[in-house]
Amino acid sequence: MSALPEVGPLLQQMANQLSRYLKERQIEDPAFVGIHTGGVWVAEALHQQVAPEAPMGTLDIAFYRDDFEQNGLPPSVRTSDLPFTVEGRHLILVDDVLMTGRTIRAALNELFDYGRPASVTLVTLLDIEARQLPVRADILGASLALPAGQRVKLTGPSPLKLTLNTATH
Amino acid sequence: MSQTPQHLQLNHQGQLRHFLTIEGLSRELLTELLDTADSFLEVGERAVKKVPLLRGKTVCNVFFENSTRTLTTFELAAKRLSADVLNLNISTSSTSKGETLYDTLQNLEAMAADMFVVRHSDSGAAHFIAEHVCPQVAVINAGDGNHAHPTQAMLDMLTIRRHRDDFENLSVAIVGDILHSRVARSNMQALKTLGCPDIRVIAPRTLLPEGIEQYGVRVFNDLRVGLRGVDVVIMLRLQRERMQSGLLPSEGEFYRLYGLTRETLALAKPDALVMHPGPINRGVEIESEVADGPQSVILKQVTYGIAVRMAVMSMAMTGQTTQRQLNQEAN
Repeated sequence: MSALPEVGPLLQQMANQLSRYLKERQIEDPAFVGIHTGGVWVAEALHQQVAPEAPMGTLDIAFYRDDFEQNGLPPSVRTSDLPFTVEGRHLILVDDVLMTGRTIRAALNELFDYGRPASVTLVTLLDIEARQLPVRADILGASLALPAGQRVKLTGPSPLKLTLNTATH
Repeated sequence: MSQTPQHLQLNHQGQLRHFLTIEGLSRELLTELLDTADSFLEVGERAVKKVPLLRGKTVCNVFFENSTRTLTTFELAAKRLSADVLNLNISTSSTSKGETLYDTLQNLEAMAADMFVVRHSDSGAAHFIAEHVCPQVAVINAGDGNHAHPTQAMLDMLTIRRHRDDFENLSVAIVGDILHSRVARSNMQALKTLGCPDIRVIAPRTLLPEGIEQYGVRVFNDLRVGLRGVDVVIMLRLQRERMQSGLLPSEGEFYRLYGLTRETLALAKPDALVMHPGPINRGVEIESEVADGPQSVILKQVTYGIAVRMAVMSMAMTGQTTQRQLNQEAN
């Protein structure tokens, strides 16, 4: 079994990167958006360290998935909650694991139904290199090549921990 | 042989594939439906009130009976899910030319409809369609005769749940023409299933169906006794067009005995919710000041109705899709 990284040090490193990134781009008033469920935990942690005064929202992309035709609606859909104006805002979109890129495609579509953001910065804890769409993270914790049939999952919220699962399909 | 509704409306994994009646559905399923509706409610508050879930699907609203509110909220629900919508008012269409229900629906099915939303004055019409006409098309009951109106019941449940935390300590009174009311039947079943311990029906003897006790409700003939201490009052419309003469002395008499006025509402809890499926008859079953008053959530019910119908449509479509895959795997 390949060793999975510890979440704590990854978050610290990402927070530093993100602070630098925002400074370089002179983004002073960002808003955080975490994708349910793991992305929300990561977003909350970064939010605390990078810009605790910035607003923070959550997104459930279930209504925007591209596999409704195959899989239908997942059993529990959470409410998306963006307590700020998206129009003209610099958004920091956070997910736990970037794999095919399809979740991010869905999230971008959903965000644009709220308005036209000034920019979207993508932050992910892990990148499992299995991309099917042209999506990449701006801020990344770590990259990981997984053996076929394995998935990595973030459990939490405290402590945040990465675990390896055998995929069901 | 006719299948029981609970069998017919679930797929082999227990997911909803038709929505015909509350009867036989589990508390878990009703709760899942309410949770999903909560999420759709948020969609209705956005700049773009639309999600791409049913893109490319065709929803036919097949109404054999007049309706404005139910039809338009189903239409809006389907459109907010990005489906293509067809509204058919059959009472003024082919049936008057002699085409049977069966033929009409076969024609619609040939247009590759994915979902039928059906309202009909005959009890059991939606069930008949789901069972005999097109089992692979999701059928949603938008009211059948005196039998059931399950989406109305679920929007009532959502309204209650959004104003009260749970159903477990609630007293809910349903007042008016219970006999002719599919809303009352579906509401009694939904409240029971969700664990409401005190369901009261308040009506004159002539407007109560036989065997009402089977629903596990308490029956009151006196409004002023029945309303005492309730948390929620659900008023029903006095269905004048269905009323056979002789059941009631007069509308004025009904209002005096069973009308919800500021005076009678004062018998309920001070913050009791006032609900009504609409359309309201002001001065017949409800006083204007109560309908428009601070305790009234009648217009919220309309808003919640869209979200509930979006939830029902996407869940039924999910159930149909899954069933098709199960059937393919079995072959």
